[in-house]
Amino acid sequence: MPPQTPSIRALSRYLLRPHTSLHPRCQYRPQGRRQSSAAAGARLNGTVEYDTTPLLHHTSRAALSNPELPPDIRKGQTKRINLYTAVNEALRHALQTDERVLVFGEDIQFGGVFRCTMNLATDFGTDRVFNTPLSEQGLVGFAIGAASEGMRPVAEIQFADYVFPAFDQIVNEAAKYRYRTGTTGVNCGGLVIRMPTGVVGHGALYHSQSPEALFTHIPGLRVIIPRSPVQAKGLLLSAIRCNDPVIFMEPKVLYRAAVEQVPVDAYHLPLDKAEVLKTGKDLTIVSYGTPLYTCSAAIAAAEKDFGCSVELIDLRTIYPWDRETVLESVKKTGRAIVVHESMMNAGVGAEVAATIQERAFLRLEAPVKRVTGWATHTGLVYEKFIIPDVTRVYDAIKKTIDY
Amino acid sequence: MSLRYTSRRIRPGKLWSPPTCLNGSHTSKVTFGWQKCRSVASTASAEKVLFPGALNSEFTNTLNFLRPSNKKAIPTYRVLDQYGEVLDKETGVDTEDGEALTLYQNMVCLSIMDLLMFEAQRQGRLSFYMVSAGEEGIAIGSASALSPSDVIFCQYRESGVYMQRGFTLDQFMSQLFANSKDAGLGRNMPVHYGSKELNIHTISSTLATQIPHAAGAAYALKLQNMQQPGVPPRIAVCFFGEGAASEGDFHAALNIAATRQVPAIFICRNNGYAISTPTSDQYRGDGIASRGAGYGIDTLRVDGNDIFAVRRATKEARRRALEDGGRPILIEMMAYRVGHHSTSDDSFAYRQKLEVEDWKRRDNPITRLRKWLEGRNLWNEDKEKELRSRTRKDVLKAFERAEKEKLPPIKHAFDGVYEKLTQEQRLHIEELKDILQRYPKEYDVDQYEGGVKSLDQLLDEKN
Repeated sequence: MPPQTPSIRALSRYLLRPHTSLHPRCQYRPQGRRQSSAAAGARLNGTVEYDTTPLLHHTSRAALSNPELPPDIRKGQTKRINLYTAVNEALRHALQTDERVLVFGEDIQFGGVFRCTMNLATDFGTDRVFNTPLSEQGLVGFAIGAASEGMRPVAEIQFADYVFPAFDQIVNEAAKYRYRTGTTGVNCGGLVIRMPTGVVGHGALYHSQSPEALFTHIPGLRVIIPRSPVQAKGLLLSAIRCNDPVIFMEPKVLYRAAVEQVPVDAYHLPLDKAEVLKTGKDLTIVSYGTPLYTCSAAIAAAEKDFGCSVELIDLRTIYPWDRETVLESVKKTGRAIVVHESMMNAGVGAEVAATIQERAFLRLEAPVKRVTGWATHTGLVYEKFIIPDVTRVYDAIKKTIDY
Repeated sequence: MSLRYTSRRIRPGKLWSPPTCLNGSHTSKVTFGWQKCRSVASTASAEKVLFPGALNSEFTNTLNFLRPSNKKAIPTYRVLDQYGEVLDKETGVDTEDGEALTLYQNMVCLSIMDLLMFEAQRQGRLSFYMVSAGEEGIAIGSASALSPSDVIFCQYRESGVYMQRGFTLDQFMSQLFANSKDAGLGRNMPVHYGSKELNIHTISSTLATQIPHAAGAAYALKLQNMQQPGVPPRIAVCFFGEGAASEGDFHAALNIAATRQVPAIFICRNNGYAISTPTSDQYRGDGIASRGAGYGIDTLRVDGNDIFAVRRATKEARRRALEDGGRPILIEMMAYRVGHHSTSDDSFAYRQKLEVEDWKRRDNPITRLRKWLEGRNLWNEDKEKELRSRTRKDVLKAFERAEKEKLPPIKHAFDGVYEKLTQEQRLHIEELKDILQRYPKEYDVDQYEGGVKSLDQLLDEKN
């Protein structure tokens, strides 16, 4: 986007509330000396252009052309909203249509620190939307108990980094409840645990983590990461309706940044399907959540520079995941790259790469490359070196194509 | 917990902006309890400054630390003395004679089952067992004072709760042998009972995890009580030992139960030991009961060897738990773990045999109730002998029946992880089937109901 001269109005708004953007349409542009700011003269590592990225539906027509949406929704209205509003709308719809739905967590009642639960307490009452004491193991255990007596609780962990106190409850209780109760048929399938995840530019050690791989190792859990407002709404509604416990991880950097046209009415998206975002014939990139935007930018640059054609797949549901879509694509292209923020060792990429190796071995023309966070923690000022960026994905495409 | 912050960094510029909520200009429409009090907070001449964190606290000029060791311990409520005599003749015992006899028979039945199954484990016919010796009165007494529709969460030493609610000897044995009639489909270790009909959740080995579950379930019941005014209200009841109360889940559960005002009774069985750890290594306060007040929860300590005290306490707790829409109650039931912790434990490695024998002889819930029954001429030596031999036969018959049953179908190794089989699971089942068919001598599939065919059944089921 060419630099614009800010209007007087924008400037005065900036002086009053400097944390908002100078650019009214792009609400997440970093200012000043920000850890995520690109180096001067960078060609690849620019800021992500959420305004123009092909991953978001910028027009109503594009949004409604999604074949996964039911026919009546595709004839309906859309509106332009960001990801936290999409989450809010999904919660609102669930609370409206099912009196068993409860929404709770730390600081939920005033709207949540990321505004996902805005106005829900006032509209549905504090019996159904309420604050809990500051105890992750307590609130998740509470949610499991409520679910086992027939409610559909949507519990929030304020940051995915703080889910670990609740790990015992999630792994030993939520995931195993249906299995261990056998024919008594008691389960906690109504449970959804929401948590903001991923890097945000300056989250450092405890506001940046992506612990999805820890949950994908647990039978009995579903792990879901949406990449956009349309997905957040459709997948969260499916998660609440689903009779298995769901870990719903929301990339927090996208809460305000990702804005797109979203159907006004409620709709559900499938919990076991990956989505092919862009077709190609030379290489498959598999990713999910925020890195998809990085991949998209890298693909654009690589296709221009190398004249290759790259297929981009969004896993969406990290576990159980859609092996067929990924394998079909890799069998076609013969090359694959997996991209995620969390560390490489035993990450989601390891599972995807191993599966590709196992079931598409004869079609592979290059080793499966993993572009992931390095084997370290996310130190505050080092984030841009640790998390996969456009340059690293671009280079991975180059190396894999040249292999 | 760490520093909590919003998605934006706080910067000096924010000081110039009007006061807002953490993350934007929207001010909350919800009024909080403490906000209401704030308007009266600090006038210059106020005697009390109303800190939001402790509204009723008064100022003092004396520097006086609260010393728990100076306080008298919380008293233990009892109805009978150890000779089976009613202490308060006026109030007496609110249990009918017939009911008292049933309670006694159930306690005896439980102790005989424990004895036989402990021996069965020693003979290697059972993988594991845990007895309730010394704590029969707590489980049976409290279960008998609850409504059958009340939801119960147990730790593992509450077989009496199941027995009192009508879990049959066959159901006990099926679970212990993990045979094809086990409601848990042979997935759990012995003693991990569960029953939907009896409203008792399946036991898991993880200690204390059930305590917040009980709080959450009680909250669900609270909402359901409100939504269905015609249906008799229900509460949740949670059992746990004094060792489990050291887990973080205990703290989390009681705190959230108090803040959400849930109709729940938390019953702690304080039997003096957590495996080998004596209570002096478990806590330094006045037992578990003293913690209740800290959470703002009504609390009582009861003599667990006195089944009438257990019953009256539970009944009253249930009434209070349902008052004003709901509130949590904590009861600490004092007892002594007469048996070993489990069949994998020899407790004489850490305590004197004499001490155990003393407790067995001097005071235990079964003999105390028997003394009371004999005092009222409801029981005698002949009846005792007849009951014991009949019960022993019943247990052994159920034991033999259960031992003869096959193991559950192999398919139950896979189903029930998710509501429906996943694609990945289908691949795994096919691979297992292939192995079982190509190496038939390596596996004893015939002891499982349906053999390898049960896997086919599972694969044929509609996705």
